[in-house]
Amino acid sequence: MCCMNNSDMPIIDSKILREKIKDNSIRIVDVRREQDYQLGHITNAVNLPLAKLLADDSVESIQKIAQDFGISDETSVVIYDDTFGALSSRVVWALQYIGHKDAKLLDVTFSQWKTLGYEISTEVPEIESATHSIKENKEIMATAEYLEKVKENKNVIIIDNRERLNYLEQHIPGAINIPYRTLATDGKILRTKEGMKNLLKNRGISEDAEIITYCGSVGTLSGLAYYALKSVGLSNVKLYVHSFKEWKSLEKPIDKQENANYWDLSAE
Amino acid sequence: MAQQLRPSKPADKQPKIDWSRRQEAENFAETVKLFRQGKIDPDTFRRFRLQHGAYGTRMTDDYAMVRIKVPAGQVYPYQLEKIAQLSEMYSIGSAHFSTRENIQLHWVILEDVSEIMQSLSDVGMTSREACGNTVRNVMCSPLSGVCKDEIFDATPYALAIARFMLRNPICQGLPRKFKFNFTCCEKHGMIRIVDVGLLPQIQEIDGEQRKGFKIFLGGGLGNKSFIGHQLEDFTPVEDLLYTSMAVIRIFDRLGDRKNMARNRMRYLVNDMGWEKFQNLVLKERAIVKSTQSVIVKLNIDESINEIQRPISVSNESASVPDGFARWQKTNVEKQSQGGFNSVFIGLESGDITANQLRSVAEIIRDYSAEGFARNGFSQNIVIRYVHDDDLTSMYLKLLETGLAKTGSLTMASAVGCSGTTSCNLALTNSHRLAKEVQRKFLELKLDEDNDLKDSTIKISGCPNSCGQHEVATIGFYGGGGRYENNMFPNYTMSLGGRFDEDSILGHHTARVPVKRVIPVILKIIELYKENKQSDDTLSRWIDRIIHGNESSKINSVEDIKKEISSFLIPPKVEDEPDFYMDYGSDTSYHTVTGKGECAA
Repeated sequence: MCCMNNSDMPIIDSKILREKIKDNSIRIVDVRREQDYQLGHITNAVNLPLAKLLADDSVESIQKIAQDFGISDETSVVIYDDTFGALSSRVVWALQYIGHKDAKLLDVTFSQWKTLGYEISTEVPEIESATHSIKENKEIMATAEYLEKVKENKNVIIIDNRERLNYLEQHIPGAINIPYRTLATDGKILRTKEGMKNLLKNRGISEDAEIITYCGSVGTLSGLAYYALKSVGLSNVKLYVHSFKEWKSLEKPIDKQENANYWDLSAE
Repeated sequence: MAQQLRPSKPADKQPKIDWSRRQEAENFAETVKLFRQGKIDPDTFRRFRLQHGAYGTRMTDDYAMVRIKVPAGQVYPYQLEKIAQLSEMYSIGSAHFSTRENIQLHWVILEDVSEIMQSLSDVGMTSREACGNTVRNVMCSPLSGVCKDEIFDATPYALAIARFMLRNPICQGLPRKFKFNFTCCEKHGMIRIVDVGLLPQIQEIDGEQRKGFKIFLGGGLGNKSFIGHQLEDFTPVEDLLYTSMAVIRIFDRLGDRKNMARNRMRYLVNDMGWEKFQNLVLKERAIVKSTQSVIVKLNIDESINEIQRPISVSNESASVPDGFARWQKTNVEKQSQGGFNSVFIGLESGDITANQLRSVAEIIRDYSAEGFARNGFSQNIVIRYVHDDDLTSMYLKLLETGLAKTGSLTMASAVGCSGTTSCNLALTNSHRLAKEVQRKFLELKLDEDNDLKDSTIKISGCPNSCGQHEVATIGFYGGGGRYENNMFPNYTMSLGGRFDEDSILGHHTARVPVKRVIPVILKIIELYKENKQSDDTLSRWIDRIIHGNESSKINSVEDIKKEISSFLIPPKVEDEPDFYMDYGSDTSYHTVTGKGECAA
């Protein structure tokens, strides 16, 4: 348990998880579509397609999901997906929102896990449900209303985690851009702690800033940024869960990089 | 990382030279901080930034363009993979291949530039002296070493010059940028439009075959362009370095440091007169030679590159796929080495996605017997030493990732500078226009037309010739036009430019509104077809017209002008609002420019 909870280690090393796979105090959560999960998943993992979480993001619903998966307040949860950690991060955030303390990302994607030749299985584990409390952690949630209220504060930094061209075309006024890809490194879903700190240092983001992350629609890409920032020790990070999609639908002000045809530089 | 996440393949070939210097990244990060804190003035910072290969971006101080130098254009698979990753992390998910064998990442946040520099060090690359008043990327023809018409391979000399000049104190504060181009032959290089252009020669001296160069000095394209002059009949390789140093010393001493618009060496040559400049160079060279306290030599690595065909991945039984013949005809050049080919990968205006870069890296590993690629000078990539038997299978691989665009070696592969996509000086979206021209040519299958094969289309977004429009058969540079109270993008068209042994700057012919550029090009092709001789080409026909040697119905530039005149009349804005918008824009056109830092 101690090494699973090492605060210097932002993510769970696949080698360590492998040793603990049969340990019943850990719950492994696979955030892929059900059909992918059925074809094979990390041994003992349960399946939580993101759509299921997003269908109802009330605290009661998150609590029920946790309890059905046998996640109590004390359970260590390790989460993975097959994107680059964005879907899993969103699940981590949801668990943290109801007050869960020990939810972490696996350091590699499912495909990488498979390539490494580690154990996979098609068996669905039998899970005894558990009890999980609700201690709503409002500190980590930002709403449009809140964002609008604090965005002029000097100590508040709004981070847009969409790709550069989307950001240039439109973004929340005052937001800076750290594309989600910037958070990863060769073969791992997140940079090293040192690499992350270096990025923040270069960008002049101080560790005591209040940070609000957002992305396109449901807080996945920005969930990854939320997780990455939290994991290097920044204490005041919030996720604007409903992100730019909601911001636009509320007809809030938008900034744009004018007078340049940057889209035409893309070979997409 | 301890674990290998991909199935093992033979290790990548390693480049012979590591161009990087790791501490420069950290220094850059610190300097950006000091600049943001107001502790360094903007001019000093700008010079520093350019020296390190970070160019300014259109209408903003927040972003930079990082220009990665690729000396002699030699780039290795793992370097391309690194650039792919960097483009996703810090840029727009695409990278850009320039006309000078650089690879550029656009719209990079200034504060992130040092991270890119750091990562480039991991793969032996640098952006140092890719911009600013320095010796820019030393180019070499992508076919050097494999060209049928070359006398010897200039690549080791290009690399040696690049190595000597990089970070050399004599190149850190020149009056203006300085460019070297090496070539294999007259056809495949651009030696007469740069400060120093070099063509390999062999001469018999005292019964001995001696290697050397024809050296051309003082050429260059820009607001005012000049064709280079040949220094002497033959410059032996032993004098290559001394001659280069002599020219740089003269330029450093006498070049104009005040008037930014006229301070390339070509103006010095022009103002002084060629003969005087030539004498000065020869004298200076004698001084350089005789006053060395230690012998300074170029480090020329002439070790043979290992040529080893990768284990064949071709499916022998596969039938010839559709489109293969067209692709082979317009993208593949036979090498002087029997059985091997150089394959040109055409990109639209030099743009390539991160995933495509990764595919190129894989394709080099799987198909190139030399294990690396060469950047071309038409915003393209050349994969050489591809065996005859592997061409079909390679074509299929390229097709999978959208890299099998035909017409790379033809008029269809239009060049377009970055224009209003990122450049402060641009007046028009030349970048997109070049893509539109290319798409139209491919749609009409004009890449297959042998008559058009040796012609070129090159487009710049302003009078500074980054798109090299002045040496194109049909060239364009952007500006603004006005009809009644409305502005529209208007291109000046020049005809008959060339960059080979008969180098000549194109003849300004007409101003063509942007939305008429494609119809006008097609009209000129139609006129050619009506008036051509047997066994003729478009570029030869235009040559004859420019030089007054054409006797058909169209025999002067004035005749061409008359024929296209109906395209040049602006419609009323209410009749055709699109006429008043540039490509890539849905609002009416107006010119906006910022301050230039250097033209390229």
